[in-house]
Amino acid sequence: MTSNYLVYLIALPLFGSALLLFAGRKADKWGHLLGTAMSGGAFIIGLYEFSQMLGRSTDQRAVTQKLFSWISVGSFQVDAGLMLDQLSICFVLLITGVGTLIHIYSIAYMSHDLDRRRFFAYLNLFIAAMLLLVLGDSYLNLYVGWEGVGLASYLLIGFWNQKPTYATAAKKAFVANRVGDMGLSLAIMISFATLGTVSFSGVKEHASQASTGALTAIGIMLLVAATGKSAQFPLQAWLGDAMAGPTPVSALIHAATMVTAGVYLITRSNFIFDAAPTAQLCVAIIGAITLLFGAIIGTAKDDIKKALAASTMSQIGYMVLGAGLGPAGYAFAIMHLLTHGFFKAGMFLGAGSVMHGMDDEVNMRRYGGLSKFMPITFATFGLGYLAIIGVPPFAGFYSKDKIIEVAFNAGGIKGITLGCAALLGAAITAFYMTRVVILTFAGSKRWNEKAHPHESPALMWIPMALLAVGSVASGFIFTHGNSLKNWLAPVVEQSPAHEGELLKPAVVSVLALVLVLLGVGLAVVKYMRKEIPLVAPTDVSIFTRVARRDLLQDDFNEAVFMKTGQKITSALLVTDKSIIDGAVRGVAKLVRGSGSALRTTQTGFVRSYAMWILIGAIGLVAAIWVVTL
Amino acid sequence: MSGFTSPVLIYSLVAPILIVLGGAVIGVLVEAFASRKIRPILQLSLTVGTLVLALAQLWRVRHETSGGAAMGSVAIDGAGILMQAAILFMAILGVFLIADQENFTVLAAAVPGSDEEAHSIKSGEQLTEIYPLTLFAVAGMMLFPISTDLITLFVALEMLSLPLYLMAGLSRRRRLMSQEAALKYFLLGAFSSAFFLFGAAYLYGFSGTVSLSGIGAAVSASTGNTVFMLIGIAFLSVGLLFKVGAVPFHAWTPDVYQGAPTPVTAFMAAATKVAAFGALLRIFYVGFANAYWDWRPFITVIAIITMLFGSFVAIAQRDIKRMLAYSSIAHAGFLLSGVLALNKAGLDASIFYLIAYGVATLGAFGVVTLVRDSAGEVTDLNRWAGLGKRSPFVATVFATFLLGFAGIPLTSGFIGKFSIFSAAYESGNKAVVIVGVLSSAIAAYFYIRVIVLMFFTDPVEDGTSVIIPSVLTRISIVTAFALTIFLGVFPTPLLNFISSTAILLR
Repeated sequence: MTSNYLVYLIALPLFGSALLLFAGRKADKWGHLLGTAMSGGAFIIGLYEFSQMLGRSTDQRAVTQKLFSWISVGSFQVDAGLMLDQLSICFVLLITGVGTLIHIYSIAYMSHDLDRRRFFAYLNLFIAAMLLLVLGDSYLNLYVGWEGVGLASYLLIGFWNQKPTYATAAKKAFVANRVGDMGLSLAIMISFATLGTVSFSGVKEHASQASTGALTAIGIMLLVAATGKSAQFPLQAWLGDAMAGPTPVSALIHAATMVTAGVYLITRSNFIFDAAPTAQLCVAIIGAITLLFGAIIGTAKDDIKKALAASTMSQIGYMVLGAGLGPAGYAFAIMHLLTHGFFKAGMFLGAGSVMHGMDDEVNMRRYGGLSKFMPITFATFGLGYLAIIGVPPFAGFYSKDKIIEVAFNAGGIKGITLGCAALLGAAITAFYMTRVVILTFAGSKRWNEKAHPHESPALMWIPMALLAVGSVASGFIFTHGNSLKNWLAPVVEQSPAHEGELLKPAVVSVLALVLVLLGVGLAVVKYMRKEIPLVAPTDVSIFTRVARRDLLQDDFNEAVFMKTGQKITSALLVTDKSIIDGAVRGVAKLVRGSGSALRTTQTGFVRSYAMWILIGAIGLVAAIWVVTL
Repeated sequence: MSGFTSPVLIYSLVAPILIVLGGAVIGVLVEAFASRKIRPILQLSLTVGTLVLALAQLWRVRHETSGGAAMGSVAIDGAGILMQAAILFMAILGVFLIADQENFTVLAAAVPGSDEEAHSIKSGEQLTEIYPLTLFAVAGMMLFPISTDLITLFVALEMLSLPLYLMAGLSRRRRLMSQEAALKYFLLGAFSSAFFLFGAAYLYGFSGTVSLSGIGAAVSASTGNTVFMLIGIAFLSVGLLFKVGAVPFHAWTPDVYQGAPTPVTAFMAAATKVAAFGALLRIFYVGFANAYWDWRPFITVIAIITMLFGSFVAIAQRDIKRMLAYSSIAHAGFLLSGVLALNKAGLDASIFYLIAYGVATLGAFGVVTLVRDSAGEVTDLNRWAGLGKRSPFVATVFATFLLGFAGIPLTSGFIGKFSIFSAAYESGNKAVVIVGVLSSAIAAYFYIRVIVLMFFTDPVEDGTSVIIPSVLTRISIVTAFALTIFLGVFPTPLLNFISSTAILLR
């Protein structure tokens, strides 16, 4: 099946972005409206395609559109083509739906910013690039979108680049992403070298012929790419700093959509990982490590956005873990991704709403007792909170419990380890999220003088409310009659029938609930009963200190990569200056010298020029004479 | 007396050339009789109209193939029509640049510095003979690559050269230098034309015919005196290699490029290259193909020294126009490797390269006309420092052209170099490819040096500024810029079109 409308999904926001950037200040008055309209238009096209898709039989649902022949070099043929199947439509609706809500929210949130038009231009650019990422029908097309979202993310993190720390944060995100991007480009190259193609369908078809070693290499490289984009261990350090961007950006890019691109990549490449068990195991392990890593950092953060960022990292860890569990887990990874898109975006927008009322304060120790002043924000944030900690019947309960269950049922020591990690993560999640809610909305007022909390305008709370609806209902809808699982079945391999279940679903749910309640209780005891000091206490255990320092991620990077890097650079510099530069300068000197010497043939006299022609002509004849002799 | 058969012309096929010639003749009349006020605009619209009309006629006959359009003197075939179209297109862009009369002397006949000159400047009687001259040159250029006998070739060669000699001497500023360039160009051109005729005589002596296909037949039958044939090929090559600026017949290039008014340089550098290489390709592919192993060694040597010489000496240049001149010499060397390939891929690649190079050259010289101070154009490279800070857009456009010349990916130059070198490699001529890639690397140095100079050096305050270009100049430069990028990103349509169209009638 083909569709002619796919390209407009990307073209609309891309057009909006270009227009807003090139129109300049002239567009200041209506730029935000145009940007929102473009995103909304893409959402409508997405809905149309979705309704069309629902009307077709299962094996007819995927549609494609060939745009043009992009690269045609020898045996290397790449068409710029788009593909919309059951997996990508989930993303399209998430990106354009949540994206449009966040556009609307930003109209109010950024209303005082002089550069609001530029902000909307970047947002539109992001939407276009992200849609290209999920619609591309080959790894190379995906790569273009992959780089595009990286660029948009960089521009938006550093949107307020007048603050040097923000600009540095943008740069940090960019560098970390480059490391991951290298993984993706290597994966593409290995794929072409071994399989001769880079299109999803081609790789899927030929994957069975490739050696396990090659597939493992591709898988590991794809995993490296995913860790960069999705802030997974060991490339996770940039996400916390990325919170320097305006809050709507944190909600859209660094919570709901872009950071989940890694999960998309792994799920999309299921045919590679299913054939490369080692790579798949690595994915699961990385997911498990990150989900704990992020959760632990989350317990120690006082900055509300950084706490949420740590939580994002941890939740994506769950998704990666799910995707690393193979056919049994793909659908639940995507389900968690979608539910997370709702509740985390909702909570970020809630955080933005709080900051809006609190004079851009982000320190939760300066909040307190806000539930009375911001009832709507409290309610929407609260629903998101219930969803993320996994209380039934909210969305997170369905998706997260399923991942935990699948992890336990993965079998053997692997299953028990991964399952326990996921369970422990759920408990810690409950603890730190409860802490966030208590510090922000409950307890005594610890505000700054300038703060005058008030409920945000309708343009801000309506998107929050809509997202809250998603946080409540999406989990039930996706699991009801296995709807999402069956929907995705043609794209990802179906899981084999349950055999040797270690734990029954009910047992997992009860276990998880008990642990969640423990986490909540601990947080209540720790933060409800006592007065919260305005400044973080310093006489704390080594563990708290380490957690506050993001589990030393930056210290590790600095000591291992930066310092060694600097040493290598300076060593290389010396080599470069003395040996390589010497050689280069020598060659350059030689070249320039011969240039200058040859230049002297240009005397400016016609007679000498004519002589050269004569010499040349005689030389030619002589040469021919010699050759034919 | 034998019976006289009146010549039969298929007018529709030669109409593009006739239209241009007609336009030129009308242009002469306009120059003589039209009033001073309306003359510039009349001449400009006449010239552009003529070129567009010729292009339209060419479009109408694009599928025709005929060897008998003018009694066997010209061949109408895919390759010829493509090159004629390229010449017309570049001529239009060139005329847009020429339309800026600021660059041309008011009264070319006046002695520089004389009272007569001062008087004509004061009264503002700008003469516009440049337009009909351009049209005459264009007609010659269009005839050159489709000529199939040596006499027509020679006529076309002179027809394109004579107006160019004059045009080179029309600069308003630095008139003595401009006139010196024109005279040098004329003298050396005459000298090389003599070689061309000498070679033609030898070839006639060898084969008893002047038609290329006849010579080709004689070569493959190897009847006649082969010494005559070899001397003929060598001397004929000298005449053609002079026009394309191959070493050691290149010496006029820097002086003329520098001395001529920059819009003329732009037109000349782009369109003449297409015409001359068009003729060269036809002569070697059709006439001398069977003597391949005789001429391949010396053309290889010339290609190699041309590439190396152009690249090396360009590094030592301090003047932007001279640097571009040496760069054009280096590019002539790259293009010769397409001639050397002697296969279909080589022909296609050469045509693509000519289009890509010609367009970028027009754009680059177009930008050079914009950088001025009170005394006219500033061509001293040191004074281009910091241009990127003063006029980021113009500097970016110029940088794009330079990257195109250097053959950096995503520009048309990369695709051109890639296809021409792969065609040469296919033909087994590895030496040319290796030297070609090496000298491309050397050449990249001086292109990038200008970019560094423009963007990463602080500007000097010496009155150098970028003028606001006229609409036509702007169209010309922006078109060239857009094409340079477009052909670098989406080369496939043009490459496919060329490979399906370009055939040489034998």
